[in-house]
Amino acid sequence: MKKIVLDDKAIERALARVAHEIIERNKGTENLVILGIPTRGYHLALRLRKKIEEIEGVCLPVGAVDATLYRDDLGIKKDQPSLKRMEIPPVDGKKVVMVDDVLFTGRTIRAAMNALMDFGRPLAIQLAVLVDRGHRELPIKADYIGKNLPTSRKEGVKVHLSETDGVNEVVVTVAPAEGTKQ
Amino acid sequence: MNRLVIKGGRVVDPAQNLDGFYNIYVMGGRVASIKKVEADTSEVGTGVDVVDATGLVVVPGLIDPHVHLREPGYEYKEDISTGAKAAAAGGFTAVMCMANTKPVNDNESVTRYILKKAEGQPVRVYPVGAVTQGQKGERLTEMSELKSAGCVAVSDDGVPISDPGLMRRALEYSSQFQMPVITHAEDARLVGHGSMNEGVVATRLGLKGIPNAAEDVIVARDISLAELTGGRLHVAHVSTRGSVELIRRAKERGVKVTAEATPHHLTLTDEAVIGYRTEAKMNPPLRDKEDVEALRAGIKDGTIDCVATDHAPHASIEKDVEFDKAANGIIGLETAFSVVYGLVEEGVLTLTEAVRAMSCGPAKAFKLAGGKLSVGSPADIAIFDLNRSWTVEPAKLKSKSKNTPWAGKELKGVAVKTILGGVVVYTKE
Amino acid sequence: MRLKRKDLLGIEDLTRDELELILSTAASFKEVSEREIKKVPTLRGKTVINLFYEPSTRTRTSFEIAAKRMSADAVNISVSTSSVVKGETLRDTARNLEAMRPDCIVVRHASSGTPHMLAGFVGCSVVNAGDGAHEHPSQALLDMLTVKEKKGTLAGLKIAIVGDIAHSRVARSNIYGFTKMGSEVTVAGPPTMLPAGIEKLGCKVTSNVEDALKGTDVIMMLRIQMERQSESFFPTVREYSRVYGLDETKLKRAKDDVIILHPGPINRGVEISSEVADGPYSLILDQVTNGVAVRMAIFYLLLGTAKEEQQIQAGKV
Repeated sequence: MKKIVLDDKAIERALARVAHEIIERNKGTENLVILGIPTRGYHLALRLRKKIEEIEGVCLPVGAVDATLYRDDLGIKKDQPSLKRMEIPPVDGKKVVMVDDVLFTGRTIRAAMNALMDFGRPLAIQLAVLVDRGHRELPIKADYIGKNLPTSRKEGVKVHLSETDGVNEVVVTVAPAEGTKQ
Repeated sequence: MNRLVIKGGRVVDPAQNLDGFYNIYVMGGRVASIKKVEADTSEVGTGVDVVDATGLVVVPGLIDPHVHLREPGYEYKEDISTGAKAAAAGGFTAVMCMANTKPVNDNESVTRYILKKAEGQPVRVYPVGAVTQGQKGERLTEMSELKSAGCVAVSDDGVPISDPGLMRRALEYSSQFQMPVITHAEDARLVGHGSMNEGVVATRLGLKGIPNAAEDVIVARDISLAELTGGRLHVAHVSTRGSVELIRRAKERGVKVTAEATPHHLTLTDEAVIGYRTEAKMNPPLRDKEDVEALRAGIKDGTIDCVATDHAPHASIEKDVEFDKAANGIIGLETAFSVVYGLVEEGVLTLTEAVRAMSCGPAKAFKLAGGKLSVGSPADIAIFDLNRSWTVEPAKLKSKSKNTPWAGKELKGVAVKTILGGVVVYTKE
Repeated sequence: MRLKRKDLLGIEDLTRDELELILSTAASFKEVSEREIKKVPTLRGKTVINLFYEPSTRTRTSFEIAAKRMSADAVNISVSTSSVVKGETLRDTARNLEAMRPDCIVVRHASSGTPHMLAGFVGCSVVNAGDGAHEHPSQALLDMLTVKEKKGTLAGLKIAIVGDIAHSRVARSNIYGFTKMGSEVTVAGPPTMLPAGIEKLGCKVTSNVEDALKGTDVIMMLRIQMERQSESFFPTVREYSRVYGLDETKLKRAKDDVIILHPGPINRGVEISSEVADGPYSLILDQVTNGVAVRMAIFYLLLGTAKEEQQIQAGKV
């Protein structure tokens, strides 16, 4: 069972709002760097850059911060995550906006922040996510949220983007009731 | 005077061309009579032990012309008692033990020591004396003394005799004592640091190879020398097709040469080494398929007279080490018959051919008693159950050492009783 | 995607997919070594033992740096004698090491097959850092990574491996590796140094270096051991160098954009002339850099997985 909670248009509207909020909160675009967490967070970062450029006429530096090597579940996961893109522009003294698709336990963000710290000392780190589905396991909260989406732990939230999946949508999949086979 | 009758078994005695159902009567340690089962109407009297061999095969006690009992000097690997028990458990009633002990069996005191230790053991032990003093390849041993002490042949086995002149003298000199010279045919310089057969397997494993030529050149040399001197040559553990062909041609010319092959060279190839299995490391090394085929043909046509185990016990400290540092050789007494019987099951050999190579073949080559079940022969007899299979569990073997490539393998053909001089010395539980 | 194996013992038993995984992972790891803070916490708390029975500063250092950049603790043990000399079986050695609870043992040994035997005795991962004339998988992987970086692909490339093939673990690992990736490998050397049946490994074989070099994309020169001279594998260094050494003249037969690899250290003026070694085709230093990345990838892929799974795998050995 799956349910579309955001469609193409809704995603665009949410991103536009987040772009405005970023500019507003930072009183412009000065000293800003956008870092996406691959794979989809990176594409969202590129989209945000475009929206900000449309609004402010400034093209911000965008990078990718791969949290894989900093994860705390490498010794637990059965499947080994493959390494992704790591491209970090100078961050010393910058205000870094990290971008991810879904905020869930907060562990990926923790790992990404640790990774980022190995590259320099940003002035501040802010977090932008398309969807916040709750169930945090760490004291982490997003500064910019495309959509708050209360979910149960049994549900899955998937973001599909045209760049990677050929379609723009956010879907919630409902886990089958206990006892039934998948 | 002990009396025994072995009833109802299928008797296979190649020396008499016998293969049928016979009752064998034993008296005073010798075969007293042998009667066809269906024609045998005699009553078994009191005081006669009866061995029921129904469904079993009765053959002359097996003779192994090549074992290392390691005593004196290397008792941590094997001693005469454990080696003899392993032999009896494999259906052997006689073994020839090689001279590379510590000290080397190059004088009568060592020979007599071995024979003393062998008293009361379940097999007859025939010592082989060294060809050269200390097996150093320099000076001949006192062969007259060795002969009178009980040696049946001379050999520097384990150490090839590199000096052709010395080999010539050995063949000449030993001939007066009717002691064959057993040659460990390998050119040490062609062997070099090789630790397995030369070929693609060695190349893949990155191990140095030993070419067939390392054996062939010495077999050719020693045959020439036997031809020159009229001496008696026995080629130990033949491993190459080239050697088989050289020996075949030599026999055709009437050269006094005999030969042996091991159960492992008859059944395994160098691929057994894959995985760096030191229990497949031996000298000469396991060769390739064509060599195995040639050896089998050699047994079949009699070019190779005997199967010999080259039973070579080694302790784990010599085998659980780097492959190129590991000792050469495997134990074989307890698996030999089953492995050779595997060739019968495969249709490669007949049962008669297999038994011949393991009994009358060696008896003839070294003029030993036994190897046949004719009236008056020593009642050295082995009884096998050819329908029974067993799994080789090293821990359960009688040998002190456990270095066998057949560990965990299921083999067919089990020695159920071994009889030495009319006395049952081994019974399978 | 993950490497479903406990040990890395050789290239022969790796699939093309596994090779590609290791190479792409290694390419990602190159970035870590270019950072100011050259360290990631991925293998924090893991212990790597570098067990070197043969002196090799280069390879050992490369493994050590790789382990440390992954935050693993690396311990070096140099052993100068074989287990036989010590009077200890390899099983004893292995059990002793295992009692220290390492996660990985990196072994270099002069006897072929020793890492293989050790791997059978221990539950932790074993990485072959070169065994006798058998294999040197991390060297072949770094060679493949270096060539792939320069040429974009390995498929369809012509690779010539020149020198003492018989005694070379680097040659064997590279023959397996490059042929699996679709390259065409030719080995060349004096007939005394071409081991029996080498062509069955999937390469072409010749004793004519000029033929081997013709139109080739990559030349790999093997180090010649001087002691082979006394064993009559070749008569003199002078003759070896004249016939098999790589100089500017012989190099002309290769493609214009040929690249040259050497597992190092070089005998200048013997297997390779100084002009060629220092020339623009030589990637000898890239090989060293890539060595660290490849070894980081090996550690990541072998040690960065679920422990439980690893134990299950170990039980099977």
